Amino acid sequence: MRIGVFICHCGSNIAGTVDVAQVAANAAKMPDVAFAVDTMYACSEPGQQAIEEAVKQHKLTGVVVASCSPRMHEPTFRRAVERAGLNRYMIEMANIREQVSWIGKDKEANTRKATDLVHMAVEKLRLNRVLIPKQIPVTRKVLVVGGGVAGIQAALDCAEGGMEVVMVEREPSIGGKMSKLDKTFPTIDCSSCVLGPKMVDVAQNDHIDLFTYSEVESITGYVGNFEVTIRKKAPYVDWEKCTGCGICTEKCPNKKSFDRHNEGMGTTTSINIPFPQAIPKKATINAATCRKLVDGKCGVCAKVCPSGAINYEQEDELVTVKVGAVVAATGYDFMDWTVYREYGAGRYKDVITSLQYERLLSASGPTEGHIKRPSDGKEPKNIVFIQCVGSRDVSIGRPYCSGFCCMYTAKQAILTKDHIPDSQSYVFYMDIRSPGKAYDEFTRRAQEEYGAQYLRGRVSTIVPLGDKLLVRGADTLAGQQVEIEADLVVLAVGGEAAHGAPQLAEKLRISYDSYGFFMEGHVKLKPVETNTAGVFLAGACQGLKDIPASVAQGSAAAAKALGLLSKDTLESDPQTASVDLKRCVGCGKCWNVCPFGAIREMDMRGQIKAEVLEAVCQGCGLCNATCPQGAIQLSHFTDNQVLAEVEALCRC
Amino acid sequence: MEPIQLGRGDTEFIRKVEEESRQVVKKCYQCGNCTAGCPMSFSYDYTANQLMRLIQLGQRERVLKSRAVWMCVTCETCTTRCPNEIDVARVLDVCRHMARKAGYGGVFNNMRVFADSFLQTVRWNGKSHELGLMALFKMRAMKPFSDLSLAPSMLLKGKLPYLPHRIKGRSEVAGIFKRFSEQQLKELHAQTTDDKKPAGGDK
Amino acid sequence: MAEKTFAYYPGCSGAGTSIEYDKSNRAVCEELGIKLVDIPDWNCCGSTPAHQVDHVLSAALGARNFAQAEQLGLDTIITPCPACLKNQHNALEHMEEPGFAERVNELTRRPLTRKHSIKSVLQVILEDITPEEVAKHVKTPLSGIKIVPYYGCLMNRPGKSMKFDDDENPMALDRLMAAIGCEVLDFPLKQDCCGGAAGVADNKVTSRLSGRHLQVANHLGADAMVVACPLCQMNMDMRQAQANAYYGTSIKLPVFYYTQLMGLAFGIDKSRLALNKLIVDPAPVLAKIGKSAEEAQA
Repeated sequence: MRIGVFICHCGSNIAGTVDVAQVAANAAKMPDVAFAVDTMYACSEPGQQAIEEAVKQHKLTGVVVASCSPRMHEPTFRRAVERAGLNRYMIEMANIREQVSWIGKDKEANTRKATDLVHMAVEKLRLNRVLIPKQIPVTRKVLVVGGGVAGIQAALDCAEGGMEVVMVEREPSIGGKMSKLDKTFPTIDCSSCVLGPKMVDVAQNDHIDLFTYSEVESITGYVGNFEVTIRKKAPYVDWEKCTGCGICTEKCPNKKSFDRHNEGMGTTTSINIPFPQAIPKKATINAATCRKLVDGKCGVCAKVCPSGAINYEQEDELVTVKVGAVVAATGYDFMDWTVYREYGAGRYKDVITSLQYERLLSASGPTEGHIKRPSDGKEPKNIVFIQCVGSRDVSIGRPYCSGFCCMYTAKQAILTKDHIPDSQSYVFYMDIRSPGKAYDEFTRRAQEEYGAQYLRGRVSTIVPLGDKLLVRGADTLAGQQVEIEADLVVLAVGGEAAHGAPQLAEKLRISYDSYGFFMEGHVKLKPVETNTAGVFLAGACQGLKDIPASVAQGSAAAAKALGLLSKDTLESDPQTASVDLKRCVGCGKCWNVCPFGAIREMDMRGQIKAEVLEAVCQGCGLCNATCPQGAIQLSHFTDNQVLAEVEALCRC
Repeated sequence: MEPIQLGRGDTEFIRKVEEESRQVVKKCYQCGNCTAGCPMSFSYDYTANQLMRLIQLGQRERVLKSRAVWMCVTCETCTTRCPNEIDVARVLDVCRHMARKAGYGGVFNNMRVFADSFLQTVRWNGKSHELGLMALFKMRAMKPFSDLSLAPSMLLKGKLPYLPHRIKGRSEVAGIFKRFSEQQLKELHAQTTDDKKPAGGDK
Repeated sequence: MAEKTFAYYPGCSGAGTSIEYDKSNRAVCEELGIKLVDIPDWNCCGSTPAHQVDHVLSAALGARNFAQAEQLGLDTIITPCPACLKNQHNALEHMEEPGFAERVNELTRRPLTRKHSIKSVLQVILEDITPEEVAKHVKTPLSGIKIVPYYGCLMNRPGKSMKFDDDENPMALDRLMAAIGCEVLDFPLKQDCCGGAAGVADNKVTSRLSGRHLQVANHLGADAMVVACPLCQMNMDMRQAQANAYYGTSIKLPVFYYTQLMGLAFGIDKSRLALNKLIVDPAPVLAKIGKSAEEAQA
């Protein structure tokens, strides 16, 4: 074998603390190494060309690049050697940046360690074999999980690109958080006027199959060939028959159910259609409060329904669909602000959340757009907005900024003045974060044109005094404690990962951070990909963001899904496990540990053996490590290759 | 107001405050929650969050010479609600210790005189003696008439015993005070020797 | 019910300005089967002044009390006074920090040999006895009187250190007073500081702060305030006239220790509750006990 070794400077990233010329000189003496050199930026165009030329000139059959993490540039160098005529798996990388130069300052020790890593890579490469990927057929259909604005955008863009789409939404209607908003910043557009048509498009698009009041039960398979089981929760209404006429909701005698769409600002009936523009416009029974379902007495809705759609016996239904890609767009939820006991923890009726306030502002809300405070229905005059409730607060485990509260608070202050001209808004903030287009101008307008009094400081406590709320805060700019007797207090509650997000992530086999937000493939360069091929992210499930950013990410995820499924077949990764049937004793350890169900038992002339389903295998190596016989081997990471690396390290 | 010379902050002061209070003052992001809830804020010259800021900037003299460090009554409101979990009350307590050691506060600082008078009665008797404390305080603070109207009813109701309750182990308690004073003197001496070396100030 | 025995730290004011707290507390504990064994020859914990001067000095004064308690073989000390509680609780907490105990020992020259804990009598009554059990001891329910519970600032703040009740909305007194039949009003200032520690040094401070509490209590229609802290009681009761003068009000609101009202409900002899020690006359309120609103009006 003729191996070429390339030691990258990475500018001063590596060369600053590693003697790269020395490492190259050391590499030249390693077995089978025919050529070794240090290079400024191996990943740059001239860097890659130099590799290609060296392969040709020195008749190399394998290449080692010592530079950064293979997560960063392995695909780059595989393409480079392929262009030079080698098999793309005849390349190994030694990570001398993240694992050497960035973590140690001792140049001599670093140089030794870098040499060791290169040596290991050379020894592994000597045992590399040519691997040829297989072509696998794909299902040209996309699953979109979540029907908020990000999911809607992803679904519409996929459908526009000619892709079949399955959308799953756990609420009875799509629309997400945006459907609860009155107006949107920074243009004061009516939220439902902007979102409504898109929701209708989803319903009317022939390419989109919509499952609302449904959840992803399980998902198996791999990129291009996922199999998804969807649980359709029982609405106790046959939606085929329901026309959305609403007679049932008028006649239902139980009118005290918690109104989820209105955030509890009003009550609703046990059978209801969440809001007038709901998609689909179908009735759902709340099983927890329905008298018929709780104690068998009632049945009014069944009597009045003109289409006989009510079915108290209805059960959940499981549906299976095959898709080639998944877009997770599960959005976010608001954190439970009642941990703030100093703000009353929910004991004071006139301390409400910003989303509850949206419902009060909304013409389709419980007060028909008149701001009436919950305690006595009076119109408030002094309204206090408190920002960062549940954001940037280490003491409750929420150190992050939610990102959108500054803007929606400014919007609400503006709308408050519109609704009640003789009102005065007070906004307590820590910093105003308004980096979007036309955003900062918007917060200035709230203050300059609409007279909102901004106070830089947190609020320590809210004390109910008579029918007022004494708000005790600080104005750190004036260096003063301040007090205001408020009629209504609106808390800008921060966001958190949607309830159940980690569970969904585990079903999708994608990573999530300690707060439950899904992890993107690369923080800068792969913002909508995940580390699981074929699963993409859109919207706030990846990290809190506002509507424009969610829509942009929805389109980006759709573009990724369309790109992936633009071909009829995909190349499978040949780094999979295979069984040496002579050695296999059929103990079954491998199929028990395989997290992907890629190994099954088979009968070979009366003997039990393991068999790998190549298309399902993800190359994780668990079986390889578990097999007591050394019978199951992962291509490109065989026992012999790993041992060769260990030996190289131990013999130094 | 004199400008703060940023390059000349007293880093030793910051280190000392952090060491004694076991708090990290850098964690303070100036939200003002401590100020917002402080019941004594009306009597401060610097607000609580300003004191935290001045500590971050190493402004030893401004902090230790403030009225606020003496007026804090350690009610723990700031500590309870700090979003960064800083024990602000403890930080201010530590600043007060340093102010006292530096000889700040003066003889007319009632809060300081009260504390001294209180501890004097404990040193003498092993327990505090309220009447003795009142007398001592009035004499030292030169406020003979304050609270005088309260005395008759309290005396009548037997709530202010004339004589102190003295504990048997009072010499042991006095010993604690004695050793404490000796330590303080030693520390003071070490400091004055230190002061002769050139050091950064915040003037 | 098994008797619960604790080392008892009465605090200096128990023999003076809060003599009624000490007396009524002992009587109530006896009734509830809480055995109090006084720490022999205890000393002042140093209160607020000590921790204002130095944390090691403050801890040393507390440490001597713990050392004295070791003679009793009892490791849990209980005290009625939140200031004594807080100071000595902090002493124990600080002594867990590296190097701190050694500095304390240099002053006391009596290193502690056991692990100690300290809590309030209120915590023991709430958690070990429970309001349900308290209710069983009631002979005369205190119906007909409306009270506001005032906890003061020190009893359980900060919560992560004091670990008792809710540090933003404590309910211990609310629940105990309800258990003995009082009508308990939701008091929004239940934890707001009264400025107690500044009382002697500057009574304008306490007038300003406690006057607000008195006005809110009065506005709510309270017949009385119930407290668990000698400093709060002194400010609200003894200095009530000063607060009235400061704000130009004429509030006459009796300020009871919670143990006094519990004792009354338990039928304990009034002399043991020292009701006569209160400055604002409690007689008009006590006359309302057991009467409906209309009867009281007549």
